[in-house]
Amino acid sequence: MSTTSFTTGQATSTSRVPVRARGQLLAATVAGVLFGFGLSLSTMIQPRVVLDFLTLQDFGLMLVLGGAVLVTFVAYRLLPRLRTTPLLGGVFGQHESIMDRQTIIGAAIFGIGWGICGVCPGPAIAGLGAGSWELLYAIAGIALGALVQGLTTKR
Amino acid sequence: MAFFPNGWQHYLIGGLLIGSGVSLLFALTGLIGGMSSVYSSTWSWILRTPFFQHPRLVNSRQWRLAYAAGLIIGAALWWFLLGGGARVAVELSPLRLLIGGVLVGYGARLSRGCTSGHGICGLASLNRPSLLAVCTFMLTAIVTANLLSRVASA
Repeated sequence: MSTTSFTTGQATSTSRVPVRARGQLLAATVAGVLFGFGLSLSTMIQPRVVLDFLTLQDFGLMLVLGGAVLVTFVAYRLLPRLRTTPLLGGVFGQHESIMDRQTIIGAAIFGIGWGICGVCPGPAIAGLGAGSWELLYAIAGIALGALVQGLTTKR
Repeated sequence: MAFFPNGWQHYLIGGLLIGSGVSLLFALTGLIGGMSSVYSSTWSWILRTPFFQHPRLVNSRQWRLAYAAGLIIGAALWWFLLGGGARVAVELSPLRLLIGGVLVGYGARLSRGCTSGHGICGLASLNRPSLLAVCTFMLTAIVTANLLSRVASA
């Protein structure tokens, strides 16, 4: 039933963004603000700190990941039991679960790149807000990598 | 403590805040907020190939971009409130950032997730492929970073 309201919301988008979609954009922005503040506070926007973790000199990244997973785990478990739909409507999504060779090969390649530059997709963007304009090089690289992946995938 | 030479509180609080962001997005909209997809979905505005015109990318490109804009605002807020004035400088060479970035972007999209998509959203969903992906990229990243630091110090 909630899916029908979702599709009508999409269908009415002629030139103006529909009300529900506007709420969605605002929600995504506010959620992003929390995410970006957390990344900055935890110094994960600094490639040096990430590389210090990867060279096993500072295990802080484990606390960051652990803390984030803990809160998200509770939310993902609890919210769909408390409510039938999200607060702004729509449906509770699920993380897509696909296990194939690409999942592992891609992760291996991602890790090699991460070990080289110490930058992940999120912090690359967030760091710009703290004046780390050098991260534009990483963003350009990530966008290029995503482009090549999309152009070479047959589907 | 040797495990956390720079203290541990800011790591934990930062992590809890990141999780709060992902959770808020889910509570309000039901969306799963990984970060690497925005690098594919944004291309869908320009590229007309079937891959980039897939509804999964086209229908999510707006909120993903808003989510990314939020990241920048959040970091700017931190800089303004707690950053202490000076900008956060990155001392790695442009070439290293660029080459690493290409592999990060290609690999994350091939794997359908990164440190946030597989690491946070996937692990929080107790998703087995995500757990395997996280173990794989942690391993290759640790090996790569250690090799590079040996080469640099030699």
